[in-house]
Amino acid sequence: MPFIPHTEDDIREMLAALGTASIGVLFDEIPASLRCRPLDLPPALKEMEVARLMHARAGQNRPLLCFAGAGAYEHHVPAAVWAVAGRGEFYSAYTPYQAEASQGTLHVLYEYQSMMASLTALDVSNASLYDGATSLAEAVLMAVRTNRKSHSRRILMPKTVHPFYRRVVETIVGSQALELIELPYDLETGRIDPAALETHSGTDVAALVIPQINFFGVLEAVDELTDWAAANGAIAIALVNPMALAVLKPPGEWGREGADIACGDGQPLGIPLSGGGPYFGFMCCRKAHLHQLPGRLVGRTVDVDGKPGFTLTLQAREQHIRRGRATSNICTNQGLMVTAATIYMALLGPEGLRRVALQSHRNTVSLMQGLAGIEGVDRVFAGPFFHEAVIRTRRPAREIMDGLAERGILGGYELTREYPELGEAILVCVTETRTREDIESYLCEIASLLGHD
Amino acid sequence: MLIFDRSRPGRAALAQLLPETAESPLIPGHLLRNTPPALPEVSELDAVRHYTRLSQQNYAIDTQFYPLGSCTMKYNPKACHDLASLPGFLDTHPLGLERAGQGTLACLYELQEMLREITGMAGVSLACAAGAQGEFAGVAMIRAYHLSRGDSARTEMLVPDAAHGTNPASATMGGFRVREIATDSDGNVDLAALDQAVGPQTAGIMLTNPSTLGVFDQHIQAIADVVHKAGGLLYYDGANLNAIAGKVRPGDMGFDVIHLNLHKTFSTPHGGGGPGAGPVGVDHKLLPFLPLPVIVADGARYRMLTESEQPQSIGHLVTFAGNVGVLLRAYIYIRMLGRAGLERVAEFSTLNANYLLRKLVENGFEPAFPQRRAAHEFIITLKRLAKERHVTALDFAKRLLDYGVHAPTVYFPLLIPECFLIEPTETESKETLDAFIQVMAAILQEAETEPDRVKSAPHSLPVRRLDEVRAARHPDLAYRSE
Repeated sequence: MPFIPHTEDDIREMLAALGTASIGVLFDEIPASLRCRPLDLPPALKEMEVARLMHARAGQNRPLLCFAGAGAYEHHVPAAVWAVAGRGEFYSAYTPYQAEASQGTLHVLYEYQSMMASLTALDVSNASLYDGATSLAEAVLMAVRTNRKSHSRRILMPKTVHPFYRRVVETIVGSQALELIELPYDLETGRIDPAALETHSGTDVAALVIPQINFFGVLEAVDELTDWAAANGAIAIALVNPMALAVLKPPGEWGREGADIACGDGQPLGIPLSGGGPYFGFMCCRKAHLHQLPGRLVGRTVDVDGKPGFTLTLQAREQHIRRGRATSNICTNQGLMVTAATIYMALLGPEGLRRVALQSHRNTVSLMQGLAGIEGVDRVFAGPFFHEAVIRTRRPAREIMDGLAERGILGGYELTREYPELGEAILVCVTETRTREDIESYLCEIASLLGHD
Repeated sequence: MLIFDRSRPGRAALAQLLPETAESPLIPGHLLRNTPPALPEVSELDAVRHYTRLSQQNYAIDTQFYPLGSCTMKYNPKACHDLASLPGFLDTHPLGLERAGQGTLACLYELQEMLREITGMAGVSLACAAGAQGEFAGVAMIRAYHLSRGDSARTEMLVPDAAHGTNPASATMGGFRVREIATDSDGNVDLAALDQAVGPQTAGIMLTNPSTLGVFDQHIQAIADVVHKAGGLLYYDGANLNAIAGKVRPGDMGFDVIHLNLHKTFSTPHGGGGPGAGPVGVDHKLLPFLPLPVIVADGARYRMLTESEQPQSIGHLVTFAGNVGVLLRAYIYIRMLGRAGLERVAEFSTLNANYLLRKLVENGFEPAFPQRRAAHEFIITLKRLAKERHVTALDFAKRLLDYGVHAPTVYFPLLIPECFLIEPTETESKETLDAFIQVMAAILQEAETEPDRVKSAPHSLPVRRLDEVRAARHPDLAYRSE
């Protein structure tokens, strides 16, 4: 029997010990009227049969040369990352509730927290949330809990925040009587409209979300935005790409006082695209707000002999102690992804991470320079971009995307549904994994789709 | 030693290091970072050795017996991991899933349909990233259902005191007031207490069956009747599905909303605390509220339902399509087991649990519910030992670590004093169970004769008992180089 080790003798002896005639008898506390008919499931496959099936299914996925970002980024993952993270001792362990038997996982999580705190220039990091969108939702809830100065439950949510993130925040905070106020962007720069922000000055706002890099790939004026939040008694929530923080100013240093909370998706740090998950969400904050931080925390302490060791800590915030009054319901999160990210960051180091970020940026600059020479394609925003940018095409975006896909290219993300005001716009991303030939090929195919054969 | 202590300025894992690139003139100086992040500078070998060594300081299913009740720590078949990691699956961008990921979507669609059959629900969504998120989605659907009928008076969620702590936390996040329901002396929901609690303010009840007490609630039909008659809905926490797969379906028991923990029953790895996946299922009246994405088949082509096709949906819970990699592992697992294999999961996890319970009782341990059969897990209570020898369940658990066994669950259910919630799962052999029984008996003997040895355990691990009070009072949560 697959994965069940019992022999006929074992079963006989165990039933004899129980004094029962059959295994079926052990289910006699379930009312007979509830018992189900045999399930209508396909018959069992042998390992080699399921291998054949899955190879065929993987083969039905068509590899496309990836020029899409929009929240998931193709970066090179060194082989060592998953060779080590995938070891059974990490992979098949449980949540480290018995600290002495889980020092490996706990030690990794402590290193992870240290790396993220340094990357964001904030004091503390939790040991993960589900993904970027849920981390933003949790940050919004945390901001409302934290902000004692504000009596409002109003959150300023810029339209330059990923539209998928915004819809997740709406789902999660929807029943908590929070008001998400959409903050428009400037059509010229692609940044949060400062005039629109000004209309909220002097009103009671609980938090302002500041995306850096924003959804259009554009760099926001983070110092001014953070200062605005501080001046108006609002918590500044930084939504950041951790990869880019190797180059960009970290949230803890924004403005005069720094952002209060940083969150985002950790996928760029060594996690495969994998059709959308599993990724992981991260969250960092100032020490003053530690007790409102949701999710698991690992602390360094000593054992009875004074030897250093690690343990889950401040668990009184969590639902297995505090039940309905916990900071969040998050329990199982993304431990293995965090393990991989820790190894990834250790392998790259500060300089490696900086080069990956800069190479992605330069590749995007190259693509944009190439596109500038093609009639029928325009860059939409004037502001500085990082490794994504918005283009507008003469032909419908859908047709361009379909045409590129036919030529083996995932051309980006169509913005027509969420941002109809931009016209036939596509968000394009280039990372360090794209070569000069890849970029040439994109330019060549888009030119041909626009009739420049 | 921390990886930071191995760091040497200028050292790098060169295999990954890209050519030097100058700062870009396009990024304004005031938006740039001034000091590099304090990441370690180590060689690839340094990193591989460091993290490999750390992995060896863990207990895991691949190395140890792990009878951690309610967590269902069973073997994770290697084929599931291998095949879910094929490049075709790993390299697909989420935004290219419909265009270029038809193979992935075919698996996900079939998984959705198989989970529908296994649970007896009308529809399933795979979107949720973990069981607790599934709980939240379930609660949100219950809320949306009542509101869609113009019934805004249902502000209370009933939760048995035996429930997982995530249940009340999820109900609170979903905007409900939580009302706890007591357990009777047989470990079932106290029907009299339930009768008193239900009313026009009841949105629903969240429970798992079998419960975290390890027993199947025989009054489930009566519970369903009482709650339904009052206009509330039944929510099933799927953490314990391992005990009943193929025997009884939540849908047949009267549940309206469910979630499943794929990392439990469907044997995807726990990963030291995730990733999990928490698909949700609903009966017909709740279908319009399912979270997105839901995958549909248009002939031979698979796609995800749009918001306009599912306008009453509670919405999206994660950025993209859920924890696809975890879902693929569960799909492969179910295909390898098939119908008969899935039913065997319930049978052998139940056989193992009842055998273990019987043998432990024979060896002097006290069951919490002696009159009941064990489902796939059960509780023994060490309250006598705590009273007479001052050896607590936690002490006993730590001593088990010395013998190479991961400890059972000791921190809940809260209503049983000095509890040991033990779950052997179906993938453990009789020899492993017998060895565990011997270890338990040996520690019981130690507790009688040399209690200090048990109370000061563990003795053989990388660290001894950790100072948790200090960890909480003086939080040291990040390395600082100075």
